[in-house]
Amino acid sequence: MSLLQVEGLTKTFAGLTAVDSVDIAVADRVFLGIIGPNGAGKTTLFSLLAGSQPPTAGRVVFDDVDITGWSAQKVARAGLVRTFQLMRPFESMSVLENVTIASLAQRSRKDARRHALGVLERVQLAQYAGTSSGSLPTAGLKRLELARALAMEPRMILLDEVLAGLVPAERAPMIELLRELHGDGLTVMFVEHIMAAVMALSERLVVMHDGRVLTQGVPAEVIAEPQVVEAYLGEDY
Amino acid sequence: MTDTTARPAAAHELPAADDPRLKDTWARRQLLVLVAGVAVLSTLPLFLGEQAQSVAIRTLIFAIMAVGWNLMSGFGGMFSFGHAAFFGIGAYTGAYLLVDHGISPWISMVVAAVLSAAVGVAIAYLCLRYKLAGSYFALATFAFAQMFLLIVQNVDALHKTEGFNVEILPSDSWSMLQFQQGDPLYFWIPLAILAAAVLVSILYVRSRAGQYAQAVRDDEVAASSLGINTMRARLIAVALSCGVTAVAGVYYTQYYFFVGPEQAFGSAVSVEAIVPAVIGGIGTIWGPVIGAMVVGPLSELVATVLRNPPGFLSFLQGTSGLDVAVYATLLIVIVIVMPKGIFGTIRDRWRS
Amino acid sequence: MTSTTTQGEGPTRFVRVGRHPTTVVSVTVVLLLAAVFAVGGKDNGLVTQSIVTGLLLGGVYALVSIGLTLIFGVLGVVNFAQGSMLTMSMYVVYALVSGPGLPVYLATLLAIPVMFAFGMFVQHFLLNRLTSTGSHEGPLLVTLGLQLLIANVLLMIFSGRPKSVGTPFDGSFEMLGAIASYSRVIAFAGAVLVGIALTLVLRRTSLGLSIRAVAANAQGAALVGVNVRRVYALTFGIGAASVAVAGGLMTPFTSLTPSVGEQFTILAFVIVVLGGLGSVLGATIGGLVIGLVQTVGALYLPGTGSLILVFAVFVMVLFLRPQGLYGAK
Repeated sequence: MSLLQVEGLTKTFAGLTAVDSVDIAVADRVFLGIIGPNGAGKTTLFSLLAGSQPPTAGRVVFDDVDITGWSAQKVARAGLVRTFQLMRPFESMSVLENVTIASLAQRSRKDARRHALGVLERVQLAQYAGTSSGSLPTAGLKRLELARALAMEPRMILLDEVLAGLVPAERAPMIELLRELHGDGLTVMFVEHIMAAVMALSERLVVMHDGRVLTQGVPAEVIAEPQVVEAYLGEDY
Repeated sequence: MTDTTARPAAAHELPAADDPRLKDTWARRQLLVLVAGVAVLSTLPLFLGEQAQSVAIRTLIFAIMAVGWNLMSGFGGMFSFGHAAFFGIGAYTGAYLLVDHGISPWISMVVAAVLSAAVGVAIAYLCLRYKLAGSYFALATFAFAQMFLLIVQNVDALHKTEGFNVEILPSDSWSMLQFQQGDPLYFWIPLAILAAAVLVSILYVRSRAGQYAQAVRDDEVAASSLGINTMRARLIAVALSCGVTAVAGVYYTQYYFFVGPEQAFGSAVSVEAIVPAVIGGIGTIWGPVIGAMVVGPLSELVATVLRNPPGFLSFLQGTSGLDVAVYATLLIVIVIVMPKGIFGTIRDRWRS
Repeated sequence: MTSTTTQGEGPTRFVRVGRHPTTVVSVTVVLLLAAVFAVGGKDNGLVTQSIVTGLLLGGVYALVSIGLTLIFGVLGVVNFAQGSMLTMSMYVVYALVSGPGLPVYLATLLAIPVMFAFGMFVQHFLLNRLTSTGSHEGPLLVTLGLQLLIANVLLMIFSGRPKSVGTPFDGSFEMLGAIASYSRVIAFAGAVLVGIALTLVLRRTSLGLSIRAVAANAQGAALVGVNVRRVYALTFGIGAASVAVAGGLMTPFTSLTPSVGEQFTILAFVIVVLGGLGSVLGATIGGLVIGLVQTVGALYLPGTGSLILVFAVFVMVLFLRPQGLYGAK
């Protein structure tokens, strides 16, 4: 049984089809990677799944509930939470307060603060708890994005390029953290350009191109397919 | 729908409940300042003459409005340029209920706050539903206030342009909120209202609703992706803001024994709510109060200077408008030089 | 965020209505006016008179609004001081007429560079730092302060007593069965001329090209060598200059007080929102519509009552078509 079932999901903007009848099924506790050249529709797909934008057509079923067209707020409360590629901290607040906002969804104010600090420890950000979120470096902001999403206690998390902008030395610990979270039972869908990370983490891989799913399956097999190579060579190299 | 305990992210360990990093003394510190401030200010009537006391009372009314304005514009990020609408609803509710129905102003304060909150929520809901933000939102609120002004001027039941005169009672009455002219109670009552308004701000800022509103102000998209009902968070801020402002209006009518359309709904009233908050510091607890303390006595100060001007200013004798010109200049300078206001700037310096 | 879903279908619905806004607006206005004639229960001569007055008035409104919409379109700043700048230009004209005794229309010509310079000054010294940070509230607050400052400095200099300025072309003539005073017709004609001139400047000159480029994308314009700060200052100057023309042309039939322009800020907002923030054509049509609403409405709601109608229109537009009649989404 899949935790997330996407059927024929489509989004058009003024005649331009950004996401074109996408079908993806994500089983519970799977780590699924999505790759594709720039403009393939990966971020738009995330927006549709997370309710940031309504789809033009298609269906999204999460945990046996049809969540198509739900608002972002409802989707998040249902246990499907996204992060943003461009980090979006609440800048007037401290790091701890940022995470507490998310924790509040499930618990009282006092408990939320404690819970949030626990989440910060989990992502190794606790030493910055009292710092203003606006002054965090990129690596910190990426972890803050992750911490906020985790504080919602999601069943599934959508990660939009959490490694982008990190220097190579910062990537390994982040990859390790994601591996641990997944090991704890979190279902993950992640969009990423850094292939080493994709290959290290993904159990399944989806390749998108021009808004469509080009192919999907076991990572090692998928990236060997000639059409995948061609899509990438055609665009980026 | 989902069993919470099955959610894997809960797998991390909770820190100890008495972990020092969890300590948050902010609200307690603000409350201490509030108590100390009220204690100091409440002695003012002992030192002030009647004239000075009336200036102080005006300042308190400004401060209540500005604290109210700040709740939605500062913490909620929805700039209102039409708070005259809510002040006016307060002033007119008080006047109408008292003059035409003999109802106590204390009851009017509650009625006005509820009514004003309801109207504010309706206006804000319409604006937000149609995604009016930033300048558009400010203009829409401004337009509504102007519309209310025009409507009041044209409705018989509200005495059109004549306004309401409050009958002066022969003796003191707590229930009707009337005392001897110059009675310190006329100062203490708005001081208590201001203290209550600041208390509301402090509690609100740390409450779930207040935290959500600030998150929505900082980043609406991120907030909604964390499960926050952005509309509800904003409307709560608006309701509180409009309610507090309306109470200032009720007291205004009571203190001046008169209210007309311009005193209640005029655009100058909206400005009087904005300017102290901007000068003191938008989105801070103490900014609006400090700003009011600067702006409130300014007119009087300017008038005093003009009554007996020093030589180089003698050309200004007998002119009017200087007081507003001075605070308009102050407003412009503050926005350009200290966008965080007096209190906000000092606080940031202190921290760093 | 439930509104997101409703928004999904919203724009398409409105786009269809708005594809030919000029036609839609003209048809609506003509139908409404026809209704007033047919079942309005007012003397036909009176209605004709209000229509003529309304259109003449609307021309001037349009000019004030063009200034506002231009400033908004290019700088993203809502100029709250627009009405006060109108008052200011009227007093400049008044000073030139009552002091050196210049004829009013010559004084108007002289007021244009004065206000242009003032506008550039405001943008360069007061707004520039704020507009470059992209803050919305800062410029709004500064122009609010400016509005108060101008009105009260005028009050200090000229006192609150109403002033008036004579015109060399006194009198009136009959037009379409209605009476129109020369000064109002001149004001309308002047407004139309300046409106056309501005449109030509924007469309045909290299300055116009830079202004439009900055309005579309300031960063991009800077990359191709446009001096954005200069364009900002010039735009504010042009906005102020168009207000100077409007102010000068209105002085002969306006009783001057330091707060006379205040209601124009509000009216211009309504017009600009009606026409779509940033659209010159929209501001023109909006000006005429609001002029008509005000004068024809005054037949039924005398005094300040007709302004309620103006706001009713405003609220309707705000909620039915927040991007305005001519605004792009």
